[in-house]
Amino acid sequence: MQRSSSFRDFDWPLLLLIGLLSLASVLEIKSATLMTKFRGFDHKQLGFLAAGLLLMFLISLIDYHRLIDAAPWAYGLSLLALVAVRLVGTKVLGARRWIKFPGGIHFQPSEWVKLVLILVVARFFWSRGGRDLSWSDIAKAFLLVGLPLLLVLSQPDLGTSLTYVPILLMGLFLGGISFRQAGILTIAFLILGGAVLKSGKVLKPYQVARLTSFMDPENDPKGSGYQIRQSKIAVGSGGVWGKGTNRGTQTQGDFLPIPYTDFIFAALSEEHGFIGAVAVLLLYFVILMRLIQNAQTAADSSGTFIIMGIVAVLIFQIAVNIGMVVGLMPVTGIPLPLLSYGGSSVLFTFLALGIVMNVRMRRFVN
Amino acid sequence: MIPPSQTIDREEKIAPGKLHATQYVIVLILAILVVGLWHLQVLGATNYRSLAEANRIRKVPVLAPRGRLFDREGRLLVDNYPSTSCYLLREQIKDPATEFPMIAAGLHLTVAQIESTMRHYAAAPKYHSIPLKQNITPDEQAFIEAHRYELPELETLDEQRRLYPPDGFAAHLIGYVGEVSDQMLATDSRYAAYEPGDVVGRSGVEATYDAILRGTNGSRDLIVNSHGKEVGHLGQEPAVPGQDLKLTIDLDLQRAAEQALDGKTGAIVALDPHTGEVLAMVSRPTFDPNQFSVRLSQAYWSTILNNPDHPLLNKAIQAQLAPGSTFKIIMSVAGLEEGVAQDLHVQCNGGASFYGHFFACDRHHGSVTIANAIPYSCDTFFYTLANRLGIDKIAQYATALGFSQRTGIDLPEEASGTMPSTAWKLKNFHEKWYAGETISVGIGQGAVTATPLQLARALGGIASGGVLHRPHLMLPGQIPSEMAQAVRDSFPGSGDTTTPLTPANWQTITDGMAEVTSAGPFHTAAAAHLEGIDFAGKTGTAQVIGHDALARTNKSHNTLPNAWFVGMVPRRNPDIVVAVLWEHGNWGNNSAKLAAQLIDVYVTKQRLQDHNLRLADSPATSPAVSPAGNPAAKEAVSSSQPVPSPGE
Repeated sequence: MQRSSSFRDFDWPLLLLIGLLSLASVLEIKSATLMTKFRGFDHKQLGFLAAGLLLMFLISLIDYHRLIDAAPWAYGLSLLALVAVRLVGTKVLGARRWIKFPGGIHFQPSEWVKLVLILVVARFFWSRGGRDLSWSDIAKAFLLVGLPLLLVLSQPDLGTSLTYVPILLMGLFLGGISFRQAGILTIAFLILGGAVLKSGKVLKPYQVARLTSFMDPENDPKGSGYQIRQSKIAVGSGGVWGKGTNRGTQTQGDFLPIPYTDFIFAALSEEHGFIGAVAVLLLYFVILMRLIQNAQTAADSSGTFIIMGIVAVLIFQIAVNIGMVVGLMPVTGIPLPLLSYGGSSVLFTFLALGIVMNVRMRRFVN
Repeated sequence: MIPPSQTIDREEKIAPGKLHATQYVIVLILAILVVGLWHLQVLGATNYRSLAEANRIRKVPVLAPRGRLFDREGRLLVDNYPSTSCYLLREQIKDPATEFPMIAAGLHLTVAQIESTMRHYAAAPKYHSIPLKQNITPDEQAFIEAHRYELPELETLDEQRRLYPPDGFAAHLIGYVGEVSDQMLATDSRYAAYEPGDVVGRSGVEATYDAILRGTNGSRDLIVNSHGKEVGHLGQEPAVPGQDLKLTIDLDLQRAAEQALDGKTGAIVALDPHTGEVLAMVSRPTFDPNQFSVRLSQAYWSTILNNPDHPLLNKAIQAQLAPGSTFKIIMSVAGLEEGVAQDLHVQCNGGASFYGHFFACDRHHGSVTIANAIPYSCDTFFYTLANRLGIDKIAQYATALGFSQRTGIDLPEEASGTMPSTAWKLKNFHEKWYAGETISVGIGQGAVTATPLQLARALGGIASGGVLHRPHLMLPGQIPSEMAQAVRDSFPGSGDTTTPLTPANWQTITDGMAEVTSAGPFHTAAAAHLEGIDFAGKTGTAQVIGHDALARTNKSHNTLPNAWFVGMVPRRNPDIVVAVLWEHGNWGNNSAKLAAQLIDVYVTKQRLQDHNLRLADSPATSPAVSPAGNPAAKEAVSSSQPVPSPGE
């Protein structure tokens, strides 16, 4: 097996696009934290980006097939880590999501599990070899994703656990699920989902409230309805051209909740208007299309599965986050990839994109 | 479960169609997001921009100081003083359970009081701040400043608060301010533009001229963050202060009237019959309007409500009582104008019988004609006159002279009094009038009731030849005429009205009234005689029991008669008329003495002013000369004595 990987085959245009978004991210974080005690987060974000870039190059050096081989081990470790979080994790705002290491490093396993799940799901469906999926295959896939999902959901972290779902869906879709199977599953889940919401056992009342209040934010002006309302005001008041950097009244006046993480797109839309918002969406579009192109040119379907898993997570996060910002989606606490402030989010995204580079660099292996 | 990668066929490719399908899904998702953005940023931009402005800009009202009130000579009656109030911005409350106890401790309130304020303003929009505590102390202010961040819902506002004269001086005519009530907001179109919590005049001149006194509030636009913290400010619109107003009140007379009624129950009103200007108006018991201008204490409110003499009632315009013998002046007008009284000779033997009933007179006056019937106040004479005239003739003259209608004074809640007639009885009791009922009306008893203001105006008008003016408290020329007209329209009444009197009749009556206060047998108010002053008037001693009308207005168990006196100077075309009601004052003469005190002050003042004028005219005169001792001043007053005006 000839492994001719070289940085000449690194996806430089993709890196450029990522760079542009990262720049937008740093500038918007700077603006959004200017008047707050989080001032200087833009510098920290630069640090995360540098670390992400390094990890991206490092992971692109390891053949993704090795990663796939290691995936089952990583999966097992992930489950252990998630259990550990439940037992010894640090409680922040009522949820145990973090493990604290000496030296002030906080580690959020659920974010990394995403990456592991992409690999393990890719490996699982790739191993079916393109055959039609049996019900038992589907059940196994559900189990594979469902186990960590439930562990994360119980932290509780609804947002992150939801990001595991598109990995499974993409896997099933590309892995060859039939229309009949898909139809049956959809109906089954609609019934099950309804029952879960009704029973109020699996989801906590505040989670249900968050999921439903976006439809009528005026009804709950202080809770998550308040956040949606302020976000819509921020976006809408930005108008076509925006109010200008550092001049968003919603962002600077602290009306917009957490404008440097979950609601960074609202801050950006307020200060840079429809033009700026659409420009960012365009960047996402080009990046995603580029990823799919890389998926197409992958040397084998395992690479395709991996990249498409990443595409699924990214488009899901984009849809849910921006959907939330413009009031089409509930508040779920899902960060916007490449824009939101946060080490875990940045590192995950750069690692994932590093794997994409990895696949691309090895597209001519045979 | 999962085979190692080496054993898997790597050539297996995923159908490109599926990847294309994914691309379409991505395009669809992004398109939906763009549509969402378009909706907000392009279509909704104007709306959201104003919402964002509403978020960050807080309009803080700059309250206009209320116009001050002065007496007719420009002496200050009602002033303002600066004060700070605490307001609650309910939008900013995060957790009432922890914040209310903090606020309560800092502002010296109870949590229950805060909650009751919240309930009181439950209907007001949430972005309106509501008054939490008025007139806060410097350390309460410091508490609010120190907790800006923890308690962003607390705001302070500098206000100008009303400072009324102490001890309820002139309280009834001035009135008081208070928060606009829900009822006023809901039912009175004059308050359409007001908001809950606004301070408005609630009674007296404060209420009537509220629109002029209140001025226009300005505002300051503050830029705030989501914690309500001020981070900058935009423009400001200055407040336009309310207009200062001069009342017709003469502070010296008002003071004399207040002193005269001190410790008594009743009312005094003094008018200038030439114009209808109210020179003094007192009602007792009184209340302290300063208690109303800051949030009224429950204890004070209880003492007012539990006082059987109704301190809030302005008895000068709201007490409807039997006028007693003062009504004999109206009887005299009716009798003389109808040509009945001129030739009436009555032998008074302590009363007379009519329709099988004996009606008593307090004395044996002997032979009585219209000339001495007034100074004697002989009941027998007026019983007989009433019997001759009949109730409807009496009612005709009484109504023309302002009875049973409001005068139209520029004060709220004026009472109209009652003047019985056959039509009145049919309408109200569905019964016919019995001739026997007319007899006691002749002496101002029975169903006839009047307010002190009505009596002052009627008797002053009769002494002015039948010219009655609308009583008023606002010196003319201060407010735009259309506004003055609007005020008149909102206080309908008999207003300016003339009932021309035959000069001979007019002279007979006014001479009779002058006799009342002069020395002589049977003269009812000889004790109120003022030497060298042409003081005319009529006493009244009205029974307070046995009459339904009285039972309604007088809840006390005091059975002493009400003492009335209406007096004027000079007897014809008087410059001042004073009506005194002393409830349970026992005898009209007692009230006449109170009126004499006022008249004395008035005349003394006139003399002083005349003297000052003389000083101005002749600077050579030594200013050390005592004005009271100047014989020229006395002359000046006596020279303005009885001159029947021509043509009447």
